[in-house]
Amino acid sequence: MTRPARLRVDFIACDGRRLCAEALPELITLDDWGFPIVSGQDVPPRLLADARATVRACPRLALRLDPGAGGHDRSA
Amino acid sequence: MSAMLGGSQALWFVSRASGLAVLAGFSAAVVAGVAARLGPGGRLRLAAGELHRTLALFCVAFLGLHVATAILDPYVKIGWAATVLPLASPYRTLAIGLGALAVDLGGAVLVTSLVRQRLGHRAWRAVHWLAYLAWPTALWHAVTAGNDLRIWWVALVLWGCTAAVGTAVITRLLSWLRGAALPDGALP
Amino acid sequence: MTGTRLAGTRPRLLYPGTAGLIEHTTRYGPPPSGLGRPQREALIAEVDRAGLTGRGGAGFPTARKLAAVAAAHSPAVVVANGTEGEPASIKDRVLMARSPHLVLDGAVLAAELTGAGRAVIVVHRDVREIMDEAAADRARAGLDRVRLEVRTAAGGFVAGQASAVVRWVQRDVAAPTATPPRLAQRGLRGAPTLVQNVETLAHLALIARYGAAWFRSAGTPAEPGTMLVTVLGAVREPGVLEVGTGTPVGQLLELAGSASGPLQALLLGGYFGAWVDAAGASGRPFSSAGLADLGAGPGAGLVAALPAGVCGLAETARVVRYLAGESAGQCGPCRFGLPAIAEQVEQLADRRSADPWLLRRWLGQVDGRGGCAHPDGAVRLVRSALRTFCAELERHAAGRCSGGPARLLPVPSGSRR
Repeated sequence: MTRPARLRVDFIACDGRRLCAEALPELITLDDWGFPIVSGQDVPPRLLADARATVRACPRLALRLDPGAGGHDRSA
Repeated sequence: MSAMLGGSQALWFVSRASGLAVLAGFSAAVVAGVAARLGPGGRLRLAAGELHRTLALFCVAFLGLHVATAILDPYVKIGWAATVLPLASPYRTLAIGLGALAVDLGGAVLVTSLVRQRLGHRAWRAVHWLAYLAWPTALWHAVTAGNDLRIWWVALVLWGCTAAVGTAVITRLLSWLRGAALPDGALP
Repeated sequence: MTGTRLAGTRPRLLYPGTAGLIEHTTRYGPPPSGLGRPQREALIAEVDRAGLTGRGGAGFPTARKLAAVAAAHSPAVVVANGTEGEPASIKDRVLMARSPHLVLDGAVLAAELTGAGRAVIVVHRDVREIMDEAAADRARAGLDRVRLEVRTAAGGFVAGQASAVVRWVQRDVAAPTATPPRLAQRGLRGAPTLVQNVETLAHLALIARYGAAWFRSAGTPAEPGTMLVTVLGAVREPGVLEVGTGTPVGQLLELAGSASGPLQALLLGGYFGAWVDAAGASGRPFSSAGLADLGAGPGAGLVAALPAGVCGLAETARVVRYLAGESAGQCGPCRFGLPAIAEQVEQLADRRSADPWLLRRWLGQVDGRGGCAHPDGAVRLVRSALRTFCAELERHAAGRCSGGPARLLPVPSGSRR
C-alpha cells in the first residue's frame, strides 16, 4: 500500500482555511496570503497516513493525493 | 410477568438515556461544526473538525442503541418501519414521527459525508445544511416523545443543549450575513 | 488599433475577398463532408502528419486532441475559441472578419471528425455580426450537417482560457474551472469537448483540402505551417501578418513597415509572454525552438516593439496592474499575489524604493499556484522585464529614468465583471 503519492492543491476550491498546514506542517507551509504551498515531491512513506488524514480534514476538499512521481501539465 | 416488566423497564431506561446522549452529542457536534468553520486559528479549526466528526459517529452509535431498545421494548408498539417512516408508529405517532424525520435528515447528512470525496464539495455542502433542520426536529422529538422533562437535570441538559446550539447557530447566521472572511483574514 | 495589412508569404488564411460564402466556395471548393469512419481516421492521421499545433498560445498537437475527443464514448461538442482576450492581439478578429468561412469550415470539420453534432462558435464581439451572417448564409445553403451556434465571447483577459470559454457558454461565467476532469473527457454540459482556437480551425480546413505536404511547405520541419502574427508598437505599419513559423523576428518587423526608430526591446507572445532585448532577438526565428533560450516563445502570435527612450519598467507596470485586475479571483495566490507584485513593479517604475527581495519572493510564491496559467504568465512577464530592463533598473536606483511610459500596450479598463 505504499505506491508513491504526492499532494496537490486545487486552488479554485481552496479558501485559505489553513487546516492543512496545521495538520501536516512537515509537508505544507503557507504563502504570505495564507494559502498552502506543497512541494511537487512524493510524500515520504512514514507521513502517508498523516497525509491522507489531512486530505480528509480539508473542509473544501481542495487537497488531493495524486499518484506520485512525474510531471504535471495543465493542457486542457 | 414481573421479569418481562423488569426487562421492559431496562430497555425503556436505556432508550431514554441513550436518547439524551444522542441529543447532547448532536448538540456538541453542531457547536464543534460551527467552531470548525469560524474558529480563530487553523489549529482550533482542525481540532474542532475532528471533534465534529468523532461526535457524529458517537451519535450514530448511541442512536442505534436508542432506536433498537425503543422498538424491542414490548411495552410500547412502535415497529421497525417507524425508524425512518414518519407516520408509521401507532404509539405517539407525531412524536415518534419527528424522531424518524430527524433520522432521515441526519442519515442524509451522514451518508453524504461518508462519500464526500466522490460526491464533490458542492453537493455535499447542499445536503449538509439539512443538519440545521435535523437538530430542532430531534429536540422536538425529545420533548414530545418522552416524559422525562419533569426530571430537573434532564430539563437542564435540554436547556443547555438549546442554549449552546442557539448560540452557535446565531453566530453562524451573523457570519453568513456579513459575508465574512475567516477571523484570521482568509477567504470565506 | 487599425491596420489589417497582409504581408509575408502568399496568404493562406487571409486571402482577400473570400469573406462571402460564394467567393469562399469558388476559391476553396466545398469542404469535405459526409466522412465515413475510415475517412475520418485518415484525415486525423493527415492532420497528425501535417504537424498542426494549437494557435491560441498553448501549441498542443491538434491531431492528438481530435483523436482524444473522437475516442470518447459519448457524443462530443466542438467549441471554436475566437475570444481573443489578449487586448494587444487582433489576429483572430482579423481572421474571422476576412475568412469567416474558413473558420466555420474548420469547426464543422472538427465536429465531423470527433462525432459532434454541434459546434459553438464563441467570437469577440467586434466580429459577432460577421460570423452571424456567415453562419446564416451557410444555413440557407444547407451546407453543414452539423449545427452551428454563434455566441459572443465574454470580455476580459482570462475569458479566452479554454475551460473559461466552456463555462461561459454553459453558465455565463467566464472563469476557468479545475482540471481534472479534462475537457476532452467532460466539458460542456458533461460532454467530451474539443476547444480549438479559430486560427487552428482555419488551418484544419485547408489541410483537409490540400494535405499535410502542402501545409509543411511553409514553416520549419519541427514547427510547420504558417501562423498569424499581430505586430504593434513602434513600427510604421502595425497590423496582422501571415508568415511561416520560424521567420526571423527582424523580418517580421520589416514586413510591418520597419521600426519607426531605434528599438530597445520586444514583447513576444502576448501579455503572458516575455520581454527580450531587441538587438539580440532580431536574428532569431519566431518559433518555440528559436526563442526558447531567450525565455520567450511565439505565444499567441504577437510582437510588440518598444522604442528606445521610453521606460520599459513603466510599460510593464501598466500591463502587470492590468493583469492583476483581470484575475478571475478564484485562487488566493493569484487574487492577492498579483496585485502585490503589481505594486512592487509600479514602485520600481516610479523610482520609489521597492523591495527586490519581496518582489522575487512573491514571484516565486505565485508562479504555478493557481487554477489556470494566468499567474504563471504574469510572473513570466515580470521576470523577463527584470532581465531585459536591468539597465533601466540601475538607472532608477540612481534616481534617473530613460523617459516616461510609452503607453504603447493597450490596457483596457473595466473589461471584467
